[in-house]
Amino acid sequence: MERLIEEIPNFFTIWNVIFLAKAMGVTFLLTAIGCIVGFSVGGLLAIFRKTKTIFLLPIRILIVIYTEIFRRIPFLVSLLLFFYVFQIIKISDDLFLIATITVCVIATAYIGEIIRSGIESINQTQWDAATAMNFTYYQTLKEIIFPQAWKVILPPAFGFFIMFIKDTALASQIGVMELTFAAKVLNNKGFSPLLSFGTILILYFILSFPLDRFGKYMEKKLASNRN
Amino acid sequence: MPQIEIKSANAFYDKLHVLKNIELSVDRGEIVSLIGPSGSGKSSLLKMLVGLLIPKSGDVYLNKTLVNFNNQSDLRVIREQIAIVFQQYNLFQNMNVLKNVSIAPTKIQKRNPKEVNDQALFLLEKVGLKDKLESYPDELSGGQQQRVAIARALCLNPEILLLDEITSALDPELVKEVLDSIRLLAAEGMTMLIVSHEMSFVREVSSRVVFMDDGSIIEVNNPKNIFESPKEKRTLDFVGKILKDK
Amino acid sequence: MGYTLVYTQVLEFLPYLIKGAWISLQIAILAFSGGMFFGLILATIRTFGNNISNKIVICYVTFFTNTPQLVQIYFLFFALPEFGILLSPYIAVLLGMTLNAAAYLCEIQRAGFLSIRQNELDAAKTLNFSLMQQVKYVILPHIMKVLFPPLSNHYIIMTLGTSMAAIFGVEELTGRAFNINSETFRSVEIFSITALIYIVITFIATFLLAVIGRYFFKAKIRIIQ
Repeated sequence: MERLIEEIPNFFTIWNVIFLAKAMGVTFLLTAIGCIVGFSVGGLLAIFRKTKTIFLLPIRILIVIYTEIFRRIPFLVSLLLFFYVFQIIKISDDLFLIATITVCVIATAYIGEIIRSGIESINQTQWDAATAMNFTYYQTLKEIIFPQAWKVILPPAFGFFIMFIKDTALASQIGVMELTFAAKVLNNKGFSPLLSFGTILILYFILSFPLDRFGKYMEKKLASNRN
Repeated sequence: MPQIEIKSANAFYDKLHVLKNIELSVDRGEIVSLIGPSGSGKSSLLKMLVGLLIPKSGDVYLNKTLVNFNNQSDLRVIREQIAIVFQQYNLFQNMNVLKNVSIAPTKIQKRNPKEVNDQALFLLEKVGLKDKLESYPDELSGGQQQRVAIARALCLNPEILLLDEITSALDPELVKEVLDSIRLLAAEGMTMLIVSHEMSFVREVSSRVVFMDDGSIIEVNNPKNIFESPKEKRTLDFVGKILKDK
Repeated sequence: MGYTLVYTQVLEFLPYLIKGAWISLQIAILAFSGGMFFGLILATIRTFGNNISNKIVICYVTFFTNTPQLVQIYFLFFALPEFGILLSPYIAVLLGMTLNAAAYLCEIQRAGFLSIRQNELDAAKTLNFSLMQQVKYVILPHIMKVLFPPLSNHYIIMTLGTSMAAIFGVEELTGRAFNINSETFRSVEIFSITALIYIVITFIATFLLAVIGRYFFKAKIRIIQ
């Protein structure tokens, strides 16, 4: 304990604080890009998944395979797989890029699934009414289904954002300079693990907690609105 | 001249044979009621006419034109001419009353928004909901929602109106207000197909009554005959039971 | 490209990997069971406890669900020795996963408690059910039906989470993939096979859980979403 108190002034030097802030930025960026891409592409997948025309069937099958596969591989394994594939095809050796792509691919699979079940939560009667009034598939989604489904989509989506803030910790394994990697660097420099890992636990908490609260708040608000 | 003509139509829900060799023609301005036990195919018949249930075989003619149910533009045409009011109202939960009525005419039929708005207001006044324009469906009673649904269907300016058990989800005291709206329409001469369990209403407004059972049409007759001297024994059983229960 | 995928060499290691998958499974099941147990205690406190005990549980859950499991395990593994507590990698991982699971499973089980409908209990009481009978015929069947799908879901997430153990040198599936990788350098082949094994074992788990859920608890779980 005494050692810890001695260490604290040395730990929170300006250099270290900037170093940690940057790492926190990387963690945030990885999550944010992943979630934005995941939401857009995942939304598209969900939209294709609900189509009925026979000639889109191969696309629907591919989407099912894609979502099933990437929701059944550990993030760490996907990350390493992408890392080594990139080494072979030699397009880029930018570690941040590789991690970002992996996050996007997985986020797309998970968020696509959340959006799809949101769409499915809307009663078939709404589709029937729209179809009988000549709404196209796209018009039905835009005017009727999504305006209702977002209430079902958002709460689990927030849970997912939080999950991804935490999962990006694994990007440290391929050497991306995010929070967990920063903690390892500081630990290797001789700072105590208690201080290094304790600090980033708090920093992760700072990133995640507001989202957690906001997600729960919305869930409550939407649930009470419905009745 | 028949406005709708159905010739030996068959339709399935998955493997369930819900419409069996349906033969029916409806003339312009006629009001045809469909009666029969639940699960007899009445609602399926209405759903088929707006292409929510695609017939597996048989032909449907609308104004003497054969409808190809696998052709999107054909489906558009029938849905422009035929409007349906659902048993569960199926109002769009995310839109207020006025928007529910006006969205399809403006966004789908691309009509002048001002003109649509006026018509919507007129129709909502006619069904007695002028003070509920800004309300959302979940703030309305069942009877009010059902009347919005009727206004919504009418605002599409259909030639034919299909009414699918529109009073079955309503409390008895609300039934009257909905049926009054329909009586008004009947007086105006719109072609209507009505699925209903309200036998006195059916008898009062219908030009003909169709009795269905187990996916087939058993008997088509005028209202007086079907309730007093039906040709078929199954009709007699059904009508007798229903009238006794009352 | 100039690189051809060669699977023959890696396939020789398949039995070795599958044994690793068995260890992954053990970790998942142990951590899940432990998490269920502690989670149940936490959920009980949260439902019936007083204000202070409630707050403590809320803090615990909030902390564990808002920080990465990996860093929690790092903390256990590297920081606890400073207090003289030395954990083996396997135990550190197991403990970390259990503590983490307890937080999530507490929330899930509490939602199950809250879903019990008072009017069903009232009905059971008026029919003179004993407490045990109430639990057996009214509470448990209802709770299990509500709880089974999210619990199954969390079990699958935990199975995937066990791959973290490799980082601490535990020789489960991913750990063994690391080992083969440093021996053969056939990285893409190894990690694709490893990924495939995870897909297979989670599919089997989903399938079994769906069958159990359907027959015992009338809970509907889709095998393919």
